[in-house]
Amino acid sequence: MPPYYFETAMTTDSMTAHKQLPVHTEHLALGAKMGIFGDWEVPLYYRSVIEEHDWVRTGVGVFDISHMGEFFVRGKSAEIFLNQIVTNQVSRLEDGKALYTPVCRPDGGIVDDVIVYRLKADSFLVIVNAANVEKDFEWFVKNNQTDTVVSNETDRFALFAVQGPRSTAVTERLLEQTVSEMPYYSIRQAAHWKTGYVARTGYTGEIGYEILCPAEQATKIWRALMAAGKTEGIQPIGFGARDTLRLEAGMLLYGQDMTDETTPLEVGLERTVFFEKDFIGKHALLNQKKSGVKKKLAAFELLERGIPRHGYDVYVNGQKTGVVTSGSYSPTLKKNIGLALLEQPHVQAGEIIDIQIRQSQVKAKVVNFPFYKRQKKEKG
Amino acid sequence: MNIPKDLRYTKTHEWIKPNQETVTVGITDYAQHEISDIVFVELPKVGQEAAQGKAICVVESVKAAFDIYAPVSGVVKSINTTLESDPAMANKDPYGNGWFFELTPADSEEINNCLSHSEYEDFLKQSTH
Repeated sequence: MPPYYFETAMTTDSMTAHKQLPVHTEHLALGAKMGIFGDWEVPLYYRSVIEEHDWVRTGVGVFDISHMGEFFVRGKSAEIFLNQIVTNQVSRLEDGKALYTPVCRPDGGIVDDVIVYRLKADSFLVIVNAANVEKDFEWFVKNNQTDTVVSNETDRFALFAVQGPRSTAVTERLLEQTVSEMPYYSIRQAAHWKTGYVARTGYTGEIGYEILCPAEQATKIWRALMAAGKTEGIQPIGFGARDTLRLEAGMLLYGQDMTDETTPLEVGLERTVFFEKDFIGKHALLNQKKSGVKKKLAAFELLERGIPRHGYDVYVNGQKTGVVTSGSYSPTLKKNIGLALLEQPHVQAGEIIDIQIRQSQVKAKVVNFPFYKRQKKEKG
Repeated sequence: MNIPKDLRYTKTHEWIKPNQETVTVGITDYAQHEISDIVFVELPKVGQEAAQGKAICVVESVKAAFDIYAPVSGVVKSINTTLESDPAMANKDPYGNGWFFELTPADSEEINNCLSHSEYEDFLKQSTH
């Protein structure tokens, strides 16, 4: 089973070049199977991807996502600058509110997908993908024509995501403050910490919170979090389950489902593009909107045996019409599911497509996004 | 890590059990543990030719696909279709009900190229440290 050795870090030699999370030793102590994700050495799973996945859907789990990048954007013109560099409408944000948005190139290709949190009128936090930290920072600085100060403070912070139906109680016990009435996509200062934030965001499709804290306090806070969640049975969750949870919830992964080569309109993110303002990529996206997209991201489930994977070709009537961008076994649905970038008009729900898996073609059906939707009954 | 004494092994983590006329093949306890949750097995076809050291079937975890290699050359005599409906059996009982396929070896000497249980144990120690 050689592919395994490329997937996960087996020897100390191959790991020396990778960055370690602030609570790396805690993961090892918890028995994590470590692997490589971009430049980082991260926990893939602790006991089992499926068990961890199910635990986030039914209980509460914590992900160490300290590999993510944190930029602070400060100054009187911060909002003007951000509105220019992202596609979504930053000017609609009030203090403590956040939005999800692509960052586009002039040709509409996606540089990254980020969350912009407005802390104050002149102070914003932007959380970016780990693999894109350097690229994004260069892009932000290069396109800054205002006196706004953009600082990359990624190394200063640890980020823990507490997710699942029981996440509210755990987060409240840890922070000793109420978070249950926080709306989705909002952020607050951690009341009893010198520096720290709690945001009502996540990447699982469950209710959840993301806790941003100083890297030097990461171990103390990680341990406090595990202790605070004891009653609720908190478990650490690896990157394996993070991927299956987000896929079921119809959330996209940069580098797979979207890249520099795809536009927000092609990957179903039109709702995050606000055309009533000026921004980088607007002309290209307006033109594309007028002429219609030629390819579009579609969700599908397999009708026959097999597991779709990133990079597999998709055919309709023997013609190659696209490629799988993400695919996996779905622990919640107990089906094999995926996303594929398909040529129009094959993206309608019900369309039958063939996925090339090794030597055979396997039938799949296009379905509606998302695969999984949490029942809206939020209980701590 | 469970390594039964009466089986032979490969460096790619398959086990081989010699029978009268055939050999039975599966993946080791170490392999199932490393692969983790097995959610799909693509078995060879009965009658298919197997070449020693060449990929013959595929096991998939939630995260990735792994090739399984034929420990000896020969012809596939039977397959364990239980793995098609219950792939996790390869996790639960790798040396028993989680067996993969049975081969009629082309050369009965070839199995001697495989590792003994103590050689496999040493190999695991070397490769994981």
